[in-house]
Amino acid sequence: MRTLSPIFYLLAALTLAGGLATVLLKQLVHCALAVTVAFAGLALLFLQLDAQFAGFAQILVYIGAVAILIVFAILLTRGSDLPKDGVFSRSWPLGLVIAAGVFAVLGWAVLASVGAVPQQNTVPAVTVHDIGDALVGRYVLPLEIVALLLTAATIGAVIVAMHEKERPR
Amino acid sequence: MIATPWATNPFFVNLDQIFVLLRNWLVGFLPAALRPAAGVLLGVIAIVCVFPGLFALTTVFERKGLGRIQNRIGPNRVGPYGLLQPVADGIKSLTKEDIVPLRANAAVHFLAPLVLVVTVFMGFAVLPVGRNMVLVDMDAGLLFFFAMGAATELCVFMAGWSSRNKYSLLGAMRAVAQMISYEVVLLLSSVAVVMITGSLSLPKIVAAQNTYTGVFPHWYIFTPWGLAGFLMYAIAATAETNRSPFDLPEGESELVAGYHTEYSGFKFALFFLGEYLAMFSISGLGTTLFLGGWSAPFSFLTWVPSWIWFFGKVMMSIFVFIWMRGTLPRLRQDQLMNFAWKFVLPFTLLNLLVTALWRFMGEGWARWVVCSVILIAAYVVMGRLEMRSEHFGRRRYRYAE
Amino acid sequence: MTTPLAGYLLVAALLFAIGLGGALVRRNAILVLIGIELMLNAANLNLIAFWRFGPHPEALTGMMFAIFSIAVAAAEAAVGLGLVIAIYRHTNTAELDKIDRMKG
Repeated sequence: MRTLSPIFYLLAALTLAGGLATVLLKQLVHCALAVTVAFAGLALLFLQLDAQFAGFAQILVYIGAVAILIVFAILLTRGSDLPKDGVFSRSWPLGLVIAAGVFAVLGWAVLASVGAVPQQNTVPAVTVHDIGDALVGRYVLPLEIVALLLTAATIGAVIVAMHEKERPR
Repeated sequence: MIATPWATNPFFVNLDQIFVLLRNWLVGFLPAALRPAAGVLLGVIAIVCVFPGLFALTTVFERKGLGRIQNRIGPNRVGPYGLLQPVADGIKSLTKEDIVPLRANAAVHFLAPLVLVVTVFMGFAVLPVGRNMVLVDMDAGLLFFFAMGAATELCVFMAGWSSRNKYSLLGAMRAVAQMISYEVVLLLSSVAVVMITGSLSLPKIVAAQNTYTGVFPHWYIFTPWGLAGFLMYAIAATAETNRSPFDLPEGESELVAGYHTEYSGFKFALFFLGEYLAMFSISGLGTTLFLGGWSAPFSFLTWVPSWIWFFGKVMMSIFVFIWMRGTLPRLRQDQLMNFAWKFVLPFTLLNLLVTALWRFMGEGWARWVVCSVILIAAYVVMGRLEMRSEHFGRRRYRYAE
Repeated sequence: MTTPLAGYLLVAALLFAIGLGGALVRRNAILVLIGIELMLNAANLNLIAFWRFGPHPEALTGMMFAIFSIAVAAAEAAVGLGLVIAIYRHTNTAELDKIDRMKG
């Protein structure tokens, strides 16, 4: 794949449009739906990069869980009431400049180092079996730590968001 | 394996592979470069024609079946024994006025049923309908199926929120909460099957169950962990598709029609189609994982075409769904969620451990006894614990804040 | 876009910048969290692109990193949104401009 296929341009446009819509739209639920579109675009990009497992895991985790979490949080914090002085903070030009600066630096780094990275174009023959082997072989310690982290995060999130007990007046 | 000589008789082999042969013949007319794409396209056309056709048939059977369970005759006016009722229903929903509420979010309101039906149809792409009859043989096929199921939940929320109606929103939130809880159970009960088979690819899972000792097949449902897993899967499948007794999100007596209150005409028909297609695809996955997919129940019946077995098993599952709808009362939302998190999920986790034990104990009768004893003891103990936490006494009220 | 890898990296960089801009510019706490999720996703795209085009894809390093990143990001989203809900219950607002005091 010496050049980028038109499908890549389409998917990249979809993802970036979703991302832009997320930060620019006023209604919060619209932003949540736009970020779901961005997640879907990214999942399709992963599939185009022959990373099947990562692509389906992206759909399952991000669209199936994180997007729904975001939507629930918006509804529980009455996100449909828009603030009076607009949805952008007062220092928004500074934020824009910083983001543009970061993109400029990253873009320059990418374009300047294009020739230095060795690239191979053959499709890696990776099966889910190999991923499973790697997870319980070489990466077993990160796996266990992530399991512990997820348990701690679940319990922590429940405790943080739980109703406080009524103190006797 | 006691196989009949009929199983290798060319007539029955051709009958088994008739759709594959038909596709290859049709695709042979095209130049070689277009053949793979044309083959997939023909498969897609077949799926889009067959499953909605089954949907039409199922609506009639459901109404007749429910009618008979409730001691009345179902629809019997349109066509012989009411069998043309779906045609009448289709004409009705296509010619009804499409009402969109004034304050509704028009774009999301329009997209919700569309995206729902598209994601549900995508789930059919990985189901092995017969021998060599799967649309796409993906290495991570099971993961793809669950990814499509997860995408469905967001569409339900989109439908409920965009209608700007408190009944729709409430129905959508309840539906999403229920679907998330039971999605975990669905995934974990499938993981037990994946552990024993060693692959996420659905045709391989069916091939692993397609062996026979003597007359009896090696379906996973005939093992202790398989039976427990299948029961948990069946409960989770009923909850995922919002069928009775888990149909509070669309309960007519409580919530008007839940998240599809504000939809009329064709869009409502799309929701209806989406719900029944989800039922078919989840039954299809259940038969693939636990009931042996397209393999025959006895080794002397392998001459019957494989796709007949698959569709027969799926229709039997649909019949059980209809039977449950007619017989069981509806569960309240908190009973539903309690059931999921406090009983079904721990039991499914235990089932995973029992599956691992089964795998590592090796062949013999010992593992049957040990696994069955552990599962039955756990069921009895957890059931008693649940019952004790129910306070049967004066009713206590808890108010929302 | 001279090489495919550069194309993917530029898309990831742009998505990262958009996420960063969103986190810095919006008022609502939930949108800041969404911006952070976009940044994590952009990093994932980077990882998978390097896995695909870099040397030794059979070592699966990039894919593993991305999978762990997805898992950790989901956990972080859960905890972050739980915090936002708790803060909303306490101060009745989710706007960051109004939650700038330490006094509760």
